[in-house]
Amino acid sequence: MSGPSTYQPTNRAMRWFEKRLPIGGLIHSSFVAYPTPRNLNYWWTFGGILSFMLGVQIITGIVLAMHYTPHVDMAFRSVEAIMRDVNYGWLLRYLHANGAAMFFLAVYIHMFRGMYYGSYKEPREVLWILGVIIYLLMMATGFMGYVLVWGQMSFWAATVITNLFSAIPGVGDTIVTWLWGGYAVGNPTLNRFYSLHYLLPFAIAGVVVLHVWALHVAGQNNPTGIDPKSDKDTVPFTPYATIKDAFGLSCFLIFFAWFVFYIPNYLGHADNYIPANPAVTPAEIVPEWYYLPFYAILRSIPNKLLGVCALFGSIGILAFLPWLDTSPVKSGRYRPLFRQFFWLFVIACVGLGWLGTKQPEGVYVIAARILTFYYFAFFLIVLPLLGIFEKTKPLPNSISDSVLDAKA
Amino acid sequence: MAMNMQRTIFTLVLACSLVALATPASAEEQVSPPRQKWSFAGPFGKYDEAQLQRGFKIFREVCSNCHSMDMLTFGNLADAGGPGFSEAQAEAVAAEYKIKDIDDKGQPTERAGRLADHIPAPFANALAAAAATGVAPPDMSTLAKARSYSRCFPWFVFDAFTQYQEQGPDYIAAYINGYKDPPSGFVLPQGGHYNEYFPGHNTAMPPPLQDGQVTYDDGSPQTVQQYSKDVAAFLMWAAEPKLVERKRVGFQVMIFLIVFAGLLYFTKKKVWSAVH
Amino acid sequence: MTTVSSAEHSRRDFLYIATGAIGAVGAAAALVPLIAQMNPDASTIAAGAPVEIDLAPIADGQIIKVFWRSKPIFIFHRTKKEIDEAKNIDVNSLPDPATDAERTKPGHEQWLVVIGICTHLGCIPLAHQGEYDGWFCPCHGSQYDTAGRIRKGPAPKNLVLPPYAFLSDTKIRIG
Repeated sequence: MSGPSTYQPTNRAMRWFEKRLPIGGLIHSSFVAYPTPRNLNYWWTFGGILSFMLGVQIITGIVLAMHYTPHVDMAFRSVEAIMRDVNYGWLLRYLHANGAAMFFLAVYIHMFRGMYYGSYKEPREVLWILGVIIYLLMMATGFMGYVLVWGQMSFWAATVITNLFSAIPGVGDTIVTWLWGGYAVGNPTLNRFYSLHYLLPFAIAGVVVLHVWALHVAGQNNPTGIDPKSDKDTVPFTPYATIKDAFGLSCFLIFFAWFVFYIPNYLGHADNYIPANPAVTPAEIVPEWYYLPFYAILRSIPNKLLGVCALFGSIGILAFLPWLDTSPVKSGRYRPLFRQFFWLFVIACVGLGWLGTKQPEGVYVIAARILTFYYFAFFLIVLPLLGIFEKTKPLPNSISDSVLDAKA
Repeated sequence: MAMNMQRTIFTLVLACSLVALATPASAEEQVSPPRQKWSFAGPFGKYDEAQLQRGFKIFREVCSNCHSMDMLTFGNLADAGGPGFSEAQAEAVAAEYKIKDIDDKGQPTERAGRLADHIPAPFANALAAAAATGVAPPDMSTLAKARSYSRCFPWFVFDAFTQYQEQGPDYIAAYINGYKDPPSGFVLPQGGHYNEYFPGHNTAMPPPLQDGQVTYDDGSPQTVQQYSKDVAAFLMWAAEPKLVERKRVGFQVMIFLIVFAGLLYFTKKKVWSAVH
Repeated sequence: MTTVSSAEHSRRDFLYIATGAIGAVGAAAALVPLIAQMNPDASTIAAGAPVEIDLAPIADGQIIKVFWRSKPIFIFHRTKKEIDEAKNIDVNSLPDPATDAERTKPGHEQWLVVIGICTHLGCIPLAHQGEYDGWFCPCHGSQYDTAGRIRKGPAPKNLVLPPYAFLSDTKIRIG
C-alpha cells in the first residue's frame, strides 16, 4: 500500500485540491482499491461495526452533553429531564446507554475473532497492542460515563473502583485522595469524570486511526491465516468489503434497536434509578455486564493487593499474547487442540461474567478461582506449550485454493 | 473433533446447572412476585388512561401524604401517552395545590399551582421526612424503574425475547398486597412490618391501603388488589412517560431496518456474484 | 467477467438504486432527533406559558418591567400628557410608521405593553429617558417615544408588541 496512489480525480476542482492535500487518494487507496482477502467471513465485519458505534457514542454523547449538568445536586435530575423534556431525549439517552453495551459486545467479538484466527501474530503485534490500548480506554470511558448518572450504582461503583488504588503500598491512599479531589467520592470527582469522559473518546478515535493504519500496513488477516499470494486471493475493498460490512452492520443495528426501543433497561441495574445516597450502600454493588468477568477475577483473590494485580493483569496479559502463543500456525481452523482450549477460554470468560453477579462466597468463589486459574493458565501455560506440542492440520496452498476447496 | 467439543460443552453446562441448584440461598433472597397482565407490556403496549387516572387518584389521596413526585409537573397529566387529562383538567388539578413562591418584596408566600409547577413534596427535605415517618419515604418519580427482582437462568434469557420490562410494577403490586402476619419464628424488629415480597421481609412502611379507602368513579372494584395494580401502572407512567412513543417509533425503526437489511443482503449477493 | 445482459443490468441497477434510496432516507431520519433535540424542550416551553399581570398597583406615569419567555416586558401606565404626545404626530414622518391606536388595545389606551428589547442589537432601553419621554437605549443611542416607536438612532423598528389581552380593566394576560 506504500507509494503514491494511482488515483486521478476526473473533476478539475478535485484535481486542484488533490495536488495540495491528497485526501482523495488516501481514501481511495485505503477504502476503495485496497486489496482485501476474498475469504473473509462475517466475523470480519465487526471492525466496521465498531467504527460506526464509536461514531454513534460520540454523536449521542455530544448532544446529551448539551443538556446534562455535572453537579451532584443536579446530575440525576438533568438525566431525568433529558428523558422527559428534551425532544427525543429518551431516544438519545437509551441510544447512548445501550450503545455502550453494544460497543463492548462488538469489541469482545472482535477480540475473540483475533484470538481464534491468530490475527495478533507477526507482523500484526503492534496492531493487536493498539487494540488493547483502545480496549483499556473504552473501559475507562465506560466506567466514568456510568458514574455521571449519579444513581446509587454510579456512586458506589465509583467508590469501589477508586478505592482499588488504595491497595498500592505506601502511596495508595494519597493517590485515592488525589483521584477523588476530596475525602470521598463527591462533586470534584463527578466534574473531573465528566471532563475525562468527554475527552477519552477522542483519544480512542486517535488510537483507532493508528490501529487502521497498522492494519493497512500488514493487510487483513483471513480465516486461513496465510497471506494473500496473488491478485486472485484478494478483491478491492469497495464494493466487496464495503457492502458486506454494510449488511453486517444493518443486522447489528436490528439487534441494537431491539434493546433501545423494547428492552432499554434490560442490561442496566434498577438501583441506578435511585439517586446517589452516600449514607446507604446498595444490597449488592454490581458493575455493568461488560466488566463482570474482571470483577469476578478481582474478588476471587482473597488478598486486596493481589486481587487488584490480578484484575489489571488479566487485561494487561493480552498485550503479551503475540509472544505467549508460540505456534507458527495462525488460524485456529488448522489447530484442533488449540480450538478446544480456546472455546474453554470463551466459556471461562462467560462463566466469570456470571459469577461476577453472585456474592463471593461458598461454591461461587471456588468456581471463580478455578476459572481465574484457567484464564491465566490459558495465556501463560497452554498457549506457549501448544505451539511446541500441537500437531496442526495441513495448511492450504493459498486463499483462493482454500475457497475452491470449500466449494468442492 | 466436533464430538469432543460437544461433549466438553455438555459436561460443563451440566456441571454449571448442578452448581446453580446446589448453592445455598443468600440471606437477602427475594420471593418472586407474581406476573401481572399490564396493558403497557409488549411491543404494542399502551397505558390504559382510565387506569392511570385511578392510579393518580390513589397517589393524590394516599401516597402523596408521605411520598414526593418531584419530576412530574401538573402539565404532564395532560401529555400524550399519559392519563389523558385535558389541559383544563390538569390546570384545575394544579390550582388545587398551594405552591411556595416569593412575592415582589422577596418574602415567602403561597400561590395556586400552574401547569408548569412540579408536584409539591409533602416534606421540606429528607431529614424532615424521616423525622415525621421514621425512614424517609423515597421519591416516586423513578420508583417503578428502581425496583426489580432477579430472575435466574434461563428465564432472564427468555425475558430479552419476550420483552419483560415490567419487573418494577409487578413487584410494587405484589408488595402492596404482600402485608401479612409474620410466620412463627420470624423476629420482626421494632417499628417494622412483615411483607412477603420485600427483600428480608422487614419493611418500614405500614400497609398503605385498605379495601374501600379510595372511591372510584368508573365502577372499578375498590379493593387493595385493584388499587395495587392501578397505582403500580401510574407509577410506571411516572417513571417512563415516553413508553408509548418509544414503542411506536421502535416499530417504525424495526420495519425500516428489516427492509434495509434485506435490500443490503440482496445487494451484497449481487455484488459478490461477480467473484464467486 | 461474464457479459451481463441489459435486462440483468437494469434489475441490478434497480436493486442498487433502491438500497441507496432507502439508505438515504434512513440517514435523513437519523438526523431528525439530533437536530430536534436542540429546539426548546418541554420544560422551557412550559415555563414560557402566559403570565397574568395585575395592573392595579401601577401608578399613573409608572413603567414596570416583568418577564415573559425570558424577555423583559415594559408595562407603561401613561398619563394624559403622554398619550397626547403619542397621538399628536405625523405618522408618516416616523422611521417605522405606526399610529398610537395600532399599538394599544381599544378602550385601554392608557396602557402600553411592549417587549423591552431594543430592535437594533438587543439591549434593554432605559425608561423615562431621551427626548421623546419614552426610552433611551444607552448602547448606541436609539430613542423611543411614549408609544414605544423608534424616533432617533440606529434601531430600525418600533419596540415589538407581545401577544396580550385584557382579562379585566386591571388584569392582562401576556402570551
